[in-house]
Amino acid sequence: MIRVDLPRFDRFEAWRSAARRLAGAGIAAADVTWADRNCATNDLFGSDPLPPENDRKIAVSRDFIALARSVSFHSDPERWALLHAALMRFQADRRFMSNPADPMVVRLQMMSKSVRRDIHKMHAFVRFHEMPSDGPRRAFAAWFEPEHPILQVATPFFARRFADMDWMIATPEGVARFDGELHFLDPVARPDLPADASHALWQTYFANIFNPARINTQAMRSEMPLKYWKNLPETRLIADMLADAPRRVDAMAAAGASNAPAFAAKVTARLRIPADETPPETMDAARDQAARCTRCDLCHAATRTVWGEGNPKADLMIVGEAPGDQEDLQGRPFVGPAGKLLRDNLDQLGIDQDRIWFTNAVKHFKFAPRGKRRLHQNPDAGEISHCRWWLGLERRFVRPRLTLALGASAAFALTGRRDPLSPRRGKVEVALDGGAVLLTWHPSRILRLADTEASAALEEFRSDLRLGAHQAIGGPGH
Amino acid sequence: MAQKTLQQKLAILSDAAKYDASCASSGTTRRDSRNGGIGSAGGTGICHAYTPDGRCVSLLKILMTNFCIYDCAFCINRVSSNVERARFTPEEVVTLTLEFYRRNMIEGLFLSSGIIKSPDQTMGDIVRIARMLRMDHGFKGYIHLKTIPDAAPELVAEAGLYADRLSVNIELPKDHSLKELAPEKRPETIRASMADMRLSREAAKDRSFTGKRAPKFAPAGQSTQMIVGADKTSDRDILRTSANLYAGYDLKRVYYSAFSPIPDASATLPLIKPPLMREHRLYQADWLMRFYGFDAEEIGGARPDGNLDLEIDPKLAWALANRARFPVTVAHAPREMLLRVPGFGTKTVNRILAARRCGSVRYADLLRMGAIMSKARAFVSLPDWHPGALTDSADLRARFAPAPEQLSLFG
Repeated sequence: MIRVDLPRFDRFEAWRSAARRLAGAGIAAADVTWADRNCATNDLFGSDPLPPENDRKIAVSRDFIALARSVSFHSDPERWALLHAALMRFQADRRFMSNPADPMVVRLQMMSKSVRRDIHKMHAFVRFHEMPSDGPRRAFAAWFEPEHPILQVATPFFARRFADMDWMIATPEGVARFDGELHFLDPVARPDLPADASHALWQTYFANIFNPARINTQAMRSEMPLKYWKNLPETRLIADMLADAPRRVDAMAAAGASNAPAFAAKVTARLRIPADETPPETMDAARDQAARCTRCDLCHAATRTVWGEGNPKADLMIVGEAPGDQEDLQGRPFVGPAGKLLRDNLDQLGIDQDRIWFTNAVKHFKFAPRGKRRLHQNPDAGEISHCRWWLGLERRFVRPRLTLALGASAAFALTGRRDPLSPRRGKVEVALDGGAVLLTWHPSRILRLADTEASAALEEFRSDLRLGAHQAIGGPGH
Repeated sequence: MAQKTLQQKLAILSDAAKYDASCASSGTTRRDSRNGGIGSAGGTGICHAYTPDGRCVSLLKILMTNFCIYDCAFCINRVSSNVERARFTPEEVVTLTLEFYRRNMIEGLFLSSGIIKSPDQTMGDIVRIARMLRMDHGFKGYIHLKTIPDAAPELVAEAGLYADRLSVNIELPKDHSLKELAPEKRPETIRASMADMRLSREAAKDRSFTGKRAPKFAPAGQSTQMIVGADKTSDRDILRTSANLYAGYDLKRVYYSAFSPIPDASATLPLIKPPLMREHRLYQADWLMRFYGFDAEEIGGARPDGNLDLEIDPKLAWALANRARFPVTVAHAPREMLLRVPGFGTKTVNRILAARRCGSVRYADLLRMGAIMSKARAFVSLPDWHPGALTDSADLRARFAPAPEQLSLFG
């Protein structure tokens, strides 16, 4: 039998170098005892020496080392032998580690999970008390009792977090002391920590953030197991908080509604000035009213009303279908991919955007949610009809000489006709309000079509833009 | 009136903040204090304590003040409530945050406020506190700020530079409920501020022409909260609203908060026992939408009334309503279908996929890999197990639903 003595700290590194020699010599786990300072070891048998260093190559993977290191902080005295056995098995079969159904893998994973949870709980439940300090740095100390011997693996977290203070965490396994550098020292008796006024404030917070109407002690106990309670200042309050909760809930019910203080009505009256809903006489008034529009149901899912923008005295009005994802987010028309296509072509054709009013037939985005994206949907006839009120107001205030309708929805909104767009495109029709409407493709159609069809549609679109600009503003575009 | 002590203010302003469910402190940029300052963040969040209501305490969750000019019927701090009022100075909030932080009691600060005077004034004070923590004290811990709808964009832009997370509460699942119960709030401005936050976050991820990265904007993203049970909205409509919010604004979380009785209640809203099980089922359903490939219509459609089954979890309810899709052959089923098996979580499914590559997966293997076979057995077939008539048996639901008895809340 070989006995390997492990030191108080850096145990994993010691195990690793011994295990390497043992595995190299082909010595099985059953022939080794591992003596750990943290647990009593049966010392009745004498020890054979470790085999000498040897050249045999020992295979380990990065994952294996990470898992083994994590398991090494478990309190189970068997862990060293288990890791030794796993190392031996790995030499014969490197693939067993990648099978999550393998019983040995399952056991190692469970141990590692228990260690990780204990580390996490230590990061959560250490409570520092302020100590007297004679230097410029403030000093703090804590006593903590983890389930596993995790001092070395759990405390670098505190060094990164509390780098500007001196601190000490004492545990049964040993002491971590930080003074700019992290040191590990032999265990000491549980220190007597001084009272700390901030702990009383913390208790006040704990008692008042608690909602007595939703008691759930099971969730509390599973996340904050009883074994940690004795070192937490706030847990002393729990019994009284629970005992008092039913009375507090009953008192709320018994008290019921109360009369509002006198000033409340005044404040409320000042804030709740009823919105002006008389038919708007100006573009600004129309925009304000449209922001609150609930004529159809699209407003519930869309972000906001996207009102038209541009020159309010424009001779040319361009009407699209409805805002898309980007328009909805930014609150502006024609800022998405189709809008970019439109604006780029206007620029290329030398058509001055400052002489145009841009808007949509429907002022709210219609979509279906798909995970983290919103898929555009076409507005239906009802939605277009409801929104015609706003388009009509815009047209009344802008009074364009010509309106360019992009796509079938805009054509329907303006002319009331729903027959196919293809034979009508490029021609001028009379709008419901008597104005002139030139029909063309919606730019999103050009983006959707395949190459050759797209370039044909784009040419038609550009020719319609030119025609519209020529008829409305007589400007460039020939 | 005598000046309130810090302890009295803390009692009032934490009591006033407890109806906001959010407590997350995870998923922000990695940083620590080795190069100066105090604190660290990044990686998983830490819950430093749990109160007997089962909620975690991760952040110091307080209001700057509970004075408020709004009159939201569900809120303890509404102007018409007689609750005792208090107001922290910015210095007091900073001191409390840092002193609790140094004693390892919190991950950081979650600061909200009643609306005093105007949205801009309130947001300005919130931003000032965050600026003091970050700039004057080098605080590297987590900061979650509530943004006030209608506050000036430049204030929100500055808030995004200091905060890990920003949030604005949608409050209620339907616009008309909000108009009725919170008349001073406007659903379209709440959504607009979420849209602005999404755009600011995206802009901060783009590199400029010089290749320099813009400063990070709220790196842990945004979240929101909906109150459940204060209006008559069905669970399906609640989940639809959540799906729209996740799709539109890249939200990290939608929190559901069971409407809870408050002292000094409004006459408009009945004092009810908070619908805690409904809240729990909504969280499960929300999880199914985000990580299991379900959509709101599927989950909300399992029952004709559009409400979730309170007795069994929503995935099981969906499976029972869609038994023609089962049993699933574990050996060949695609990941998407494995995720739909009741009793299989995402981790279990990942393990099954890995184990399938190493050999056939049997009943005992599934048990070892963490599957809850008491649920899954009716819905899977394996080399050594076939559910036979169990999948379609009439009493299958009864096997899962709890026995009809009144459980004590204090057990």
